[in-house]
Amino acid sequence: MNKVSLNINGITVKADKGATILKAAQDAGIYIPTLCHCPDVSSIGVCRLCLVRIKNRRRFEPACRTIIEEGMVVVTDDPEIQRLRQVILELILSDHDFNCLLCPKSGQCRLQELVNRIGFNEHRFSRLEHVAKDLPIDTSNPFFDFNPNKCVQCTICVRTCHEITGNDAIDMAYRSYDLRVSTFADKPIKESVCVSCGECMERCPVGALIPKKVEHPTREVKTTCPYCGVGCGLYLGIRGNTIVRARGDDESPVNHGGLCVRGRFGYSFVNSPDRLSIPLMRAYDEYAKPSSVVEVTEEGRPITLPLVKRDGKFVEITWDQAIKYVASSLAHYKGDKIAAISSARCTNEENYLFQKFTRVVLKTNNIDHCARL
Amino acid sequence: MGKSVSIQSIEAYKIDSAESLVLLRETLLADQNKTVKLVNVCCGSGCMSSGSEQVREAFISGIKGLELEDEIKVKKTGCHGFCERGPIVVVGPENIFYQHVTKEDVPEIISETLLEDRVVKRLLYEDPVTGQKCFHENDIPFYKKQKRIVLKNCGNIDPTSIEDYIKVDGFQAFAKILSQMAPEGVIEEIKLSGLRGRGGAGFPTGIKWETARNVSSEEKYIICNGDEGDPGAFMDRSVMEGDPYSVIEGMMIAGYAIGASQGIIYVRAEYPLAVHHLSTAIARATDMGLLGHNIMGRGFDFVIKVVKGAGAFVCGEETALIASIEGKSGRPKPKPPFPAIQGLWGKPTVINNVETLANVSRIILNGHEWYSQIGTATDKGTKIFSLVGKVRNVGLVEVEMGTTLREIIFDIGGGIQGGKDFKAVQTGGPSGGCIPEELLDLPVGYESLAKAGSIIGSGGMLVMDEDTCIVNIARYFLDFARNESCGQCTPCRLGTKQMFNILQDITRGKGRPGDIEILLELSDAVKQGSLCGLGMTVPNPVLSTIRYFRKEYEEHILEGRCRALVCRALIFYRIKDYRCKACMKCLHACPVDAIVGAKWQVHEIDQSKCIKCGTCMEVCPKRFNAVECVTGKIENSGDKGE
Amino acid sequence: MDMNTEKLNKILAVFQGERGGLISILQRVQEEFGYLPEPALSLIADFLHLPQSQVFSVATFYDNFYLTRRGDHLISVCQGTACHVLGARDILETAENCLEIKTGQTTPDYKYSLERVACLGSCALAPVVLVDNEVHSKMTPRKVKQLLTEDIDDRKIQA
Ligand SMILES: Cc1cc2nc3c(=O)[nH]c(=O)nc-3n(C[C@H](O)[C@H](O)[C@H](O)COP(=O)(O)O)c2cc1C
Ligand code: SF4
Ligand code: SF4
Ligand code: SF4
Ligand code: SF4
Ligand code: SF4
Ligand code: SF4
Ligand code: FES
Ligand code: FES
Ligand code: FES
Repeated sequence: MNKVSLNINGITVKADKGATILKAAQDAGIYIPTLCHCPDVSSIGVCRLCLVRIKNRRRFEPACRTIIEEGMVVVTDDPEIQRLRQVILELILSDHDFNCLLCPKSGQCRLQELVNRIGFNEHRFSRLEHVAKDLPIDTSNPFFDFNPNKCVQCTICVRTCHEITGNDAIDMAYRSYDLRVSTFADKPIKESVCVSCGECMERCPVGALIPKKVEHPTREVKTTCPYCGVGCGLYLGIRGNTIVRARGDDESPVNHGGLCVRGRFGYSFVNSPDRLSIPLMRAYDEYAKPSSVVEVTEEGRPITLPLVKRDGKFVEITWDQAIKYVASSLAHYKGDKIAAISSARCTNEENYLFQKFTRVVLKTNNIDHCARL
Repeated sequence: MGKSVSIQSIEAYKIDSAESLVLLRETLLADQNKTVKLVNVCCGSGCMSSGSEQVREAFISGIKGLELEDEIKVKKTGCHGFCERGPIVVVGPENIFYQHVTKEDVPEIISETLLEDRVVKRLLYEDPVTGQKCFHENDIPFYKKQKRIVLKNCGNIDPTSIEDYIKVDGFQAFAKILSQMAPEGVIEEIKLSGLRGRGGAGFPTGIKWETARNVSSEEKYIICNGDEGDPGAFMDRSVMEGDPYSVIEGMMIAGYAIGASQGIIYVRAEYPLAVHHLSTAIARATDMGLLGHNIMGRGFDFVIKVVKGAGAFVCGEETALIASIEGKSGRPKPKPPFPAIQGLWGKPTVINNVETLANVSRIILNGHEWYSQIGTATDKGTKIFSLVGKVRNVGLVEVEMGTTLREIIFDIGGGIQGGKDFKAVQTGGPSGGCIPEELLDLPVGYESLAKAGSIIGSGGMLVMDEDTCIVNIARYFLDFARNESCGQCTPCRLGTKQMFNILQDITRGKGRPGDIEILLELSDAVKQGSLCGLGMTVPNPVLSTIRYFRKEYEEHILEGRCRALVCRALIFYRIKDYRCKACMKCLHACPVDAIVGAKWQVHEIDQSKCIKCGTCMEVCPKRFNAVECVTGKIENSGDKGE
Repeated sequence: MDMNTEKLNKILAVFQGERGGLISILQRVQEEFGYLPEPALSLIADFLHLPQSQVFSVATFYDNFYLTRRGDHLISVCQGTACHVLGARDILETAENCLEIKTGQTTPDYKYSLERVACLGSCALAPVVLVDNEVHSKMTPRKVKQLLTEDIDDRKIQA
């Protein structure tokens, strides 16, 4: 690839043609503060914290979207830039409900990082009006909350929802000081076309879009999402013996870090006490040879077998018994009398076997798969 | 007259060649020579709101009553720029200029002026200095120092009549370039003329066109920026309403020059009459074949449509305007890419201001040498200003570049109303600055005003007298800015809000020492940090007022005094009990019933109710003069006379 | 909304195939209904194949669009520069007092809505108040009081 060489803070830096100043600087280990920049989506240059000085240009330019040129001379930090950044940061803070002790984002928050890096002027900051913003928190989504009082209007979530998911559930509505992230007609997120993928939440630099339950994992395990045939790579965050979060694997060629609502949020079943671990069978069924009868109530139990509620009694059986029962039932059917549908939650190998079984043993081509529906 | 035989009906006439335009023009001029008297009734928005429509109807019915329809024609014209004197009626052939005409005056004008050639003196403009009556527009001092190039047709022609426009050389410039000039030649001509954009930034028009010309693209656009967001300015409105064909012709020439076949006029929604006149003009021009395919048989296609704005100042900014036309929120985008390279729908687009485009046909027709003689070495041509505020003659003035502010305000504007003292003049609206008395001899030009901390901008010129509070004006502009910020970038969204807060505090007597410095620092951050022209310029009103009127800020902050008696928290009204004659005038007039009193009982103002509107002071009979307004620390309202 | 859907579809049909028509459509729809009802916004989004959130973003960005029902008469008080220095703020406050609503609000009987506008281009006649489409020039608080205390509909009949 073509390389361009430029000078940043007196250091000669080589970077790929077409790269931004930010990228070139970061690769050279030079820090430039950013807030509205997210490498996964396009840059719009609105927070203005990454402004840098470029020789022979009249104005400061945002590093996050200024493309490098051969021979460019860039200064990323000097007293004037510093003051400009401080004022901007003070303005953001004056409009932010900062309550870091109680904020789940604390420790991973970009705004905290910026305060540490840039600092602010106590005197000026105290003269700014601090509005105690008291906008209602949208808790309608089952997986994450939106707290507009902490939003810094960086629009990363909007760009994510548009560019990455294509859902366009949210956009920036209103203008001037009222500018805010909003769904259609200001409805709760749950009533919008949002699919709860959580991609926006994942990228929110502050504590505005935040998972309902935040527990910090102590270690991570790399695995593949068990939900569907796509097979997204993910990291499960573990605390003790419990999964407390899931995040997409950026390196995975399948999903490049993206996940859907199931992969991202659908892990609680793993540790659920309601989870079935032994095959069950209807108690009245003539084929059942109960070893012991267990009463199982129907209260909210997510039993995955297609059950007809009769008298609501189940018995635990062994896997052998279950397989025998299925086999003896299937033996009654051949050819067009029967159709088989396999599951996306099975592996490719299992799916292969299942269609083979259907075609060869059940002697029918009536085989389909849920992911096709 | 011989030639006119070939034109059967002007209504259905088609201009399909340069010759047919000449033929039509000659026919129309020949027709005009018949001795018909003309009554030109101004039907610009200003005069309409003063009742010119009724005046026009009265003329029509009066003339009909006398069965003189063939000898006297009543014509609607556009704005003369002197709307404050409206409704304005100009009666031919002598072109007598009548002001403040009401429908009751019409019979007299008909019987005296139209029938007897006598002038109705009381309707003439009287020079307040000399007391002399002015018969013609040009005798009025307001017009004497003006140089009306762009406004030459405004007020003289019927804005919706294409025939009227053709009679005053309309479309001649366009016919000229089509038959004699290559697009590059047109661009060269504009470059040589020195024309710079009149929309605010003052970018050289020829260079902008050249940039767009040099991008190869099937599709290009010309956009006329008629958003005129500067609150208090109405130059573009008058041109669009009063001379829409000049704008259209300018766009056609620009289109030919850059290779565009589509034009869009973006007009702010508050200008319904401009939308109406432009649409009518476009329809007429299309009927005649001046817009559409293969115009004048020269293989040039051009169409124009009008798009209405929806109420957002920032949409005057080029990239926001484009977003708005594309049906999106008007949020500016970073430049580059410049619209001339990547504009509407990603295609090369030239955006020009109404006034810029209206200059174009004049330049082409008279040549760049003619144009570049007007103005100064650095600033060519004229500029229209919307002269408003505390000046005696308010209205639109078109002056040669290089005219001094003093000439505009005192010679044309007639000085300050009510003999008060001049304090400052604000040019350029929310993006401009205040200029104090010391700098009044500054010639108007792009660089000269910029050096003084202001800009020409689109041409707003607000004159302030000693009764105008400078901090209040800064607060006013910041209030405007914070509401009009699109909000996307941090310094502008939050910076303007915080600046407004501090200014508001100061005007409310809650300013703190050190506020001025913080305002300067915030201004600097907003100016340097913002993404678009709005944020980059809206601190100017604050910066310039601090630069020239720091003392007044300090008085507000340190002494709690508003010398102009404007900041309500720092002033109060009171009734001097020794002068009040208990006439009850103020008591009845007070809009919030804050005055207590009765017959035979000296009146008193309940300060907790008073909204400080000043009505009581206004209505208190001059001979009593019992109400006063004071500033500074509140003293006992009952203090006896001094 | 049923009857209105028909009206709406008629408006939309005119814009079939027009590029970037969203703002013009919103203007036409508002002309028809007086404001932009939410169901209309979703239908417009569907018609243009735009995300609903984007239509909402546009409808809330521009000052001239209203999402709630307006009064029968719109009183717009100019707060432009020329009007401001000649006392437009007093005019607005007087109007607020007379109508007993704040700027941006509508009277409970849906008779009046009060708005501020930034310049009507009649600056030479400042201060200016627009009542529906009628410009009232050189206003004073007293004239406003007069204008707003007499019944506007009666006035129309007389005129
Ligand atoms: C916030 C803002 C508002 C503007 N408003 C207007 C306007 O109302 N009318 C206008 O002609 N130009 C306006 N401009 C300037 C235009 O962006 C643009 O420079 C101009 O229309 C170009 O035309 P010109 O070169 O003929 O001047 C505005 C610029 C900014 C930054
Ligand atoms: S979002 Fe960041 S800065 Fe704000 S309260 Fe949370 S941790 Fe603190
Ligand atoms: S969760 Fe997904 S669909 Fe919902 S708003 Fe966020 S990015 Fe859009
Ligand atoms: S919610 Fe988060 S990502 Fe979205 S704009 Fe606000 S701060 Fe940015
Ligand atoms: S400077 Fe203001 S108006 Fe311009 S883009 Fe930024 S926020 Fe919007
Ligand atoms: S200033 Fe206005 S509100 Fe106050 S007493 Fe006088 S008339 Fe009434
Ligand atoms: S108008 Fe003047 S004189 Fe009359 S009651 Fe009021 S203050 Fe007294
Ligand atoms: S990170 Fe570059 S402007 Fe926000
Ligand atoms: S509208 Fe008649 S002079 Fe301006
Ligand atoms: S400022 Fe009020 S009409 Fe222009």
